[in-house]
Amino acid sequence: MEWIYLALIALVLVFGIGVVVVNRRRSTELNQERTSEIVRPPRPAVDPRPQPGATGVLEPDLREPDLREPEVVEPEVVEPEPRLVEPEIVEPQLVEPEVVERPTFRSRMSKARSALTGAFLGIRTRDGITADTWDDLEEALLRADVGVRVTDELLAGLRARVASKEIATPDALLDALRTEMTGRLEGADRVLHLVDGGTGSPNVWLFVGVNGVGKTTTIGKVGALQRGEGRSVLMAAGDTFRAAAAEQLATWAERSGSEFVRGAEGGDPSSVIFDGVERAAARDIDLVLADTAGRLHTKTNLMDELRKVRRVAAKGAGRVTEVLLVIDATTGQNGLTQARQFGEALVTDDTGIGLTGVVLTKLDGSAKGGIVFAIETELGIPVKLVGLGETIGDLVPFDPAQFVDALFAES
Amino acid sequence: MFESLSSRLEGVIKKIRGKGRLTEADVDEVLKEIRTALLEADVNVGVVRAVMGRIREQAIGVALSPVLDPGQQVVKIVNSELTAMLGGETLKITFSSRPPTVVLMAGLQGSGKTTNSAKLARWFKSQGRQPLLVGADLQRPAAVEQLRTLGRQIDVPVFSEPGDPVSTAARGLAEARRLGKDVLIVDTAGRLSIDTEMMEQVRQISQQIEPDYTFLVIDAMTGQDAVGVAEAFHATLAIDGVIMSKLDGDARGGAALSVKEVIGRPIAFASTGEKLTEFEQFHPDRMAGRILGMGDMLTLIEQAEQAFEKEQAEAAAEKLLEGEFTLDDFLEQMQQLKKMGPLGNILGMMPGMPKELKGAQIGDDELKPIEAIIRSMTPMERRKPDIINGSRRTRIAAGSGTSVTQVSQLVKQFSEMQKMMKRMGAMGMGRPGKKGKKASKGKRSGGLLGMPNVPGGLPNLPGMPGLPGAPGAGGFGDGLPSGFPRSK
Repeated sequence: MEWIYLALIALVLVFGIGVVVVNRRRSTELNQERTSEIVRPPRPAVDPRPQPGATGVLEPDLREPDLREPEVVEPEVVEPEPRLVEPEIVEPQLVEPEVVERPTFRSRMSKARSALTGAFLGIRTRDGITADTWDDLEEALLRADVGVRVTDELLAGLRARVASKEIATPDALLDALRTEMTGRLEGADRVLHLVDGGTGSPNVWLFVGVNGVGKTTTIGKVGALQRGEGRSVLMAAGDTFRAAAAEQLATWAERSGSEFVRGAEGGDPSSVIFDGVERAAARDIDLVLADTAGRLHTKTNLMDELRKVRRVAAKGAGRVTEVLLVIDATTGQNGLTQARQFGEALVTDDTGIGLTGVVLTKLDGSAKGGIVFAIETELGIPVKLVGLGETIGDLVPFDPAQFVDALFAES
Repeated sequence: MFESLSSRLEGVIKKIRGKGRLTEADVDEVLKEIRTALLEADVNVGVVRAVMGRIREQAIGVALSPVLDPGQQVVKIVNSELTAMLGGETLKITFSSRPPTVVLMAGLQGSGKTTNSAKLARWFKSQGRQPLLVGADLQRPAAVEQLRTLGRQIDVPVFSEPGDPVSTAARGLAEARRLGKDVLIVDTAGRLSIDTEMMEQVRQISQQIEPDYTFLVIDAMTGQDAVGVAEAFHATLAIDGVIMSKLDGDARGGAALSVKEVIGRPIAFASTGEKLTEFEQFHPDRMAGRILGMGDMLTLIEQAEQAFEKEQAEAAAEKLLEGEFTLDDFLEQMQQLKKMGPLGNILGMMPGMPKELKGAQIGDDELKPIEAIIRSMTPMERRKPDIINGSRRTRIAAGSGTSVTQVSQLVKQFSEMQKMMKRMGAMGMGRPGKKGKKASKGKRSGGLLGMPNVPGGLPNLPGMPGLPGAPGAGGFGDGLPSGFPRSK
């Protein structure tokens, strides 16, 4: 019996997909021909697919409509008022005052033992630089999720300097590595941008990332910090997919005294963000923090949806001043792919930039988050914020030197 | 999901395959590539080191001895070592003689505990059990709300109460007994493995409810840290198995796989999509096959058995062999196939699919034009596509909203396929138990219809012993039957 199924599946797959691929290839060829006729630079890499059957931006069937309540997707024009949860405008001073006390990397990381111990202990105690030294260094970098490529690159540079006798002792080697790594992270723009566009033109910070990295929590904390600095904030619950995501954000909004806008569960996230921006403009709110549902960067339809959210956020009165990728420190080599794909998906014509920064969360665990080193040095996306704990004050600006130190700390 | 690892390995292996003589340097070069491929898949550094050591020892021995085709031998070594590393037994769930069978879910923040608690509950339900979910994550705002929503979707009750997670879990257990539920799944808050206070709390929960199974939920995208986390949780809770979440992305899950090597506990379940149904028992040996590019036929067959109508499938297969398979039959089978989930997933499990197809990212929507074209044909045309002439083509194209070229393309490919099916039928291909004839692997030029690749692999299937581990079964690259032209 089994072989029957396999034969049928193979048949349908091979035939069906064969047709699709051939068609696709044909129209790509056609497109290319056409492009070259008009003597435009050929750009097959951008989107060779003609998208037959118009892959809509929102593809609800892939997101399981059957299990969700058949909520009607509200069109953008629908009067948003009745759905808006309107929190009391809390006076800014009610925000927890402890917020001011922000821990530094160092204070947080001092829990972990210093870089002198752990991976480096063996290296330092050895006489001279041996093959084991290189193995230990390599292992330390790989264990921190820095990645094979970057590790090879870093070590190759150091090997050359050791060969030319520029570096002679283990201590000098370690210092050189640290300086090299810190140096590569220097000079990046780590400021969270806020443009004063006058009344009725709120800044929009968009938070994106895969599932479970801590987007909603990060927004909650960023909101609280911005409130603490005296700005008015609106949180827009663009995660209409995950059950109770909006409730989670609502809790944060209430705690921080931010305004809050949500849509129907399963509704169109773009319309929620749009509503949020419009509402912020109307009430002269400084900053809109836009949450989005976690999505894997491999899901084309969801990435299309995100692209639409990005577009719509800038459509009305708002200006998108930050698009932040949230990455969890436990993330391995896939983080680089995530950053690349999200960046490519969100790139805008006017700026040519997709992501403006990275937020590295959960760095208080045993994971080192070394992948952001690769993200920043290979893709040029600066790390802006780091999450070092559960409380609001645990979200701090990124500091390259301390990050590099912590990479090698033994936990 | 694991395509990139397997395709990388294939590339490496190609270099040495068929070489008459291997030097130590050749072996080292290949091993270095394999090492990089594994590290990039987030396989733990320590695990990589151990595996590479074992492979090198054997490979050097082969390279230095005068064997025929040493490249092939090395391939076999790599294959069996990786299978050993990734493989192992499927975790068998046995139910407690004194219900409820208690399951405790633990893990880092954001690993997917809540979603997977619900998915697991749904899985138990599909096994004929009556689960109760307990929301003991009282930390994250709205976590219980999320669980309740999911519970409603799968029609499983959820118990929770504010206060202390330990007593909530205990009350949940009492509640399950009171309601006569036979499975209890306790969702806990995400916690860092180095947070002693929180680890103590989950230990207490475990002590209170005495779980039959404690599952650690690990994100497939996790890096090197996974092993340390697993060790810490294992030391506190005695983990029985791992649930690998978010396996539907392009993460290679090497870290989660390394966990098995380090704590000696298997991956029990894997979550392969956002839908609550996209959750399956994990079969390590099958997954090893998938990673090594041999497909995962057993899972595929299981899913097919659920999706296809048995009689229809048999009838269709009969026609297929007799060369009487019509477009109507095709349409029907396509509908059945769709029930098995996204095409991308099915492709990944299908053995011997060439990279071009696997990487093609076929959206389910893209098959719609095909469906439309066939539906715009008359019954006669569907039975005998040969009669489709110019004016019929125009009509069909107009009716289906496609172009005339698309229609003729489809007709042409279908008739080619029919020819091929007839040939296969004539050879008596694929009767269960009968060994496939390699002769049917004939390389044809025409189009993408590399159908001949199917007979090559198929007949070995039923009752194939220990699929991926079987010596000489498949292997990299070469195991893929060559029916598919690599490019056109």
